[in-house]
Amino acid sequence: MSLLNFPKPRNRLHLAFALLGAVLVAFIAWPLLRTLLAASPTALWRTWQESEVSAAILLTFGASAAATGLALFLGIPLAYVLARADFPGKALVEAVVDIPVVVPHSAAGIALLMVFGRQTFLGKLFGAIGIHFVSAVPGIVIAMLFVSLAFLVNAARDGFRAVDTRLEAVARTLGASPWETFWQITFPLAWRSILSGIIMMWARGLSEFGAVVILAYHPTVAPVLIFTRFESYGLAYAQPVAALVILISLGVFFVLRWVGRDARH
Amino acid sequence: MRGIDGQSLRLEHLSVQAGNFRLSDLTLEVAAGEYFILLGPTGAGKTVLLETIAGLHQPRAGRVLLGGEDVTAAPPETRRVGVVYQHHALFPHMTVAENVAFGLTLQRQPRWRRALPWLGRAALRREAHHPEVAAALEMLHIAYLAERFPTHLSGGERQRVALARALVIRPRLLLLDEPLSALDPQHREVLRSELRRLHAELGTTVVHVTHDFEEAVALGDRIAVLHAGRVEQVGPPEAVFRRPASRFVAEFVGMRNIFAAEAEPGNGRAAVLRLGGLAVAAVAAQRGAVHFAVRPEDIVLARHALDSSLRNVFQGRVTEIERRGALAYVTVAVPAPAGEPLPFVAAVTTPSLENLDLRVGESVWLGFKASAVHVF
Repeated sequence: MSLLNFPKPRNRLHLAFALLGAVLVAFIAWPLLRTLLAASPTALWRTWQESEVSAAILLTFGASAAATGLALFLGIPLAYVLARADFPGKALVEAVVDIPVVVPHSAAGIALLMVFGRQTFLGKLFGAIGIHFVSAVPGIVIAMLFVSLAFLVNAARDGFRAVDTRLEAVARTLGASPWETFWQITFPLAWRSILSGIIMMWARGLSEFGAVVILAYHPTVAPVLIFTRFESYGLAYAQPVAALVILISLGVFFVLRWVGRDARH
Repeated sequence: MRGIDGQSLRLEHLSVQAGNFRLSDLTLEVAAGEYFILLGPTGAGKTVLLETIAGLHQPRAGRVLLGGEDVTAAPPETRRVGVVYQHHALFPHMTVAENVAFGLTLQRQPRWRRALPWLGRAALRREAHHPEVAAALEMLHIAYLAERFPTHLSGGERQRVALARALVIRPRLLLLDEPLSALDPQHREVLRSELRRLHAELGTTVVHVTHDFEEAVALGDRIAVLHAGRVEQVGPPEAVFRRPASRFVAEFVGMRNIFAAEAEPGNGRAAVLRLGGLAVAAVAAQRGAVHFAVRPEDIVLARHALDSSLRNVFQGRVTEIERRGALAYVTVAVPAPAGEPLPFVAAVTTPSLENLDLRVGESVWLGFKASAVHVF
């Protein structure tokens, strides 16, 4: 009966703000619900069985996970350095990490193409070992990495910053090397922040369209598939795919949130 | 828990810089098994000095010797120097037993395993049941807390866990950074006697940093007074408060009547403090070797034998009169049957000094209430 226990607004300010806020929440929830409810479960199931759709969704989730994995490997060290060290140019480094968030993502795609394109130095270098970026999965991964790594790096940095350096100091005096201190003390204590960064980054990668479409129109990721279906066949054909992607994203999002909550002590 | 062979500490011409704080050319010697106090006002750089001794901070110049061995360049994990911070710094993601087991686990695990996350957790859970962990918890009377997490503990309990965690690695040297300052007065008192007991039982060398003079006197074998990055004076507590080496030390220590005495039971809550054949009545629960202090404002002076409602009345001779504005400080030497005369300082207002018409060398009576005697 929680609806009956709903607290009364304390004054008119609270009431006004609550109403304004409700408009925004409805603005987000309504279109999502509308899309989900427009498709029957059987229609969603039929859509999933189209090999083009399921391949695109699996590719999207997989490529985003790969981008997140890369960011963990390279971004956790960066986050730790930003949290613990002071060096000239630190503000610049922090700004560089944040820039992809504010650059239009199609522009980010162009920028990546300038460095990882077929005729570029890096493009040729990776090409020599069989890794191609243009119209290939690695291109999708780096596009996702580029536009979403700030979420992970910033969350991890804030997590590390919140760990008292005296805990690390005590661990050292008890016989732990710097590596051991990091793995036994700092990392576990920052883990909740890192996990929320992982979720945010992974979710952001899933939804990437602009940068991905410039580097790799094919193979098709889910956001690109929705766009091409809409362009070629119209709303009725794009909507079930959109509903499916929203549904799966929400599901995974809630599961990860729940796991993260459980990890709290 | 077995005894710990504390080792000597020697700082040679040590210079430390951290932020805008500087410590220059510091030389100190702490004997093996000694309880050494670094006393100084907040901001005197005591924490940085401790962290330098522990190896967490590199000195700009000078050497740190532990048991005669030069450890200046050695990383902290190889020094076996235990540290307890003011705010305990317990690992919040580990139980009390796991916190205490942390150092032992590291000693017992193969290197490759120690650097892996979470693989170490299982080992930590195993080592939490190690007899030495149990002994350390027992020694600090916190065995019943073993399975709890630090967030559910009181300040005093946390500090006990931090002590157990530092002691279980059998440190060559134990560094305490304001270990009692965050506690309420009642717990502070209890943990203070606990520290004294631990030191007596284990024989570890202790360097204890504090800004609390009383704490320094109650615990220290010797005290070093730090000021503005320099050592102003080093010596036993009595020497520091009897013969301050500088104006700063005198002011920091304050003009107080502090004496060492033997406390014996008196009537009810009362105690009798014996020193040099004199007996001073006090209201205190402590027994044995203690210090006591009487504030100069609490001492009454008179030309003739005092009203008997004051429990402590002595006759002495005026040795010094120092006028400071509206107050005058009169030093009275009270002869002790077995020992040196005891110098008491009384604060009187200038008009009453004139009423008394006191001169140096004259005989005078002084008195103070048993409740004005502060025992520590």
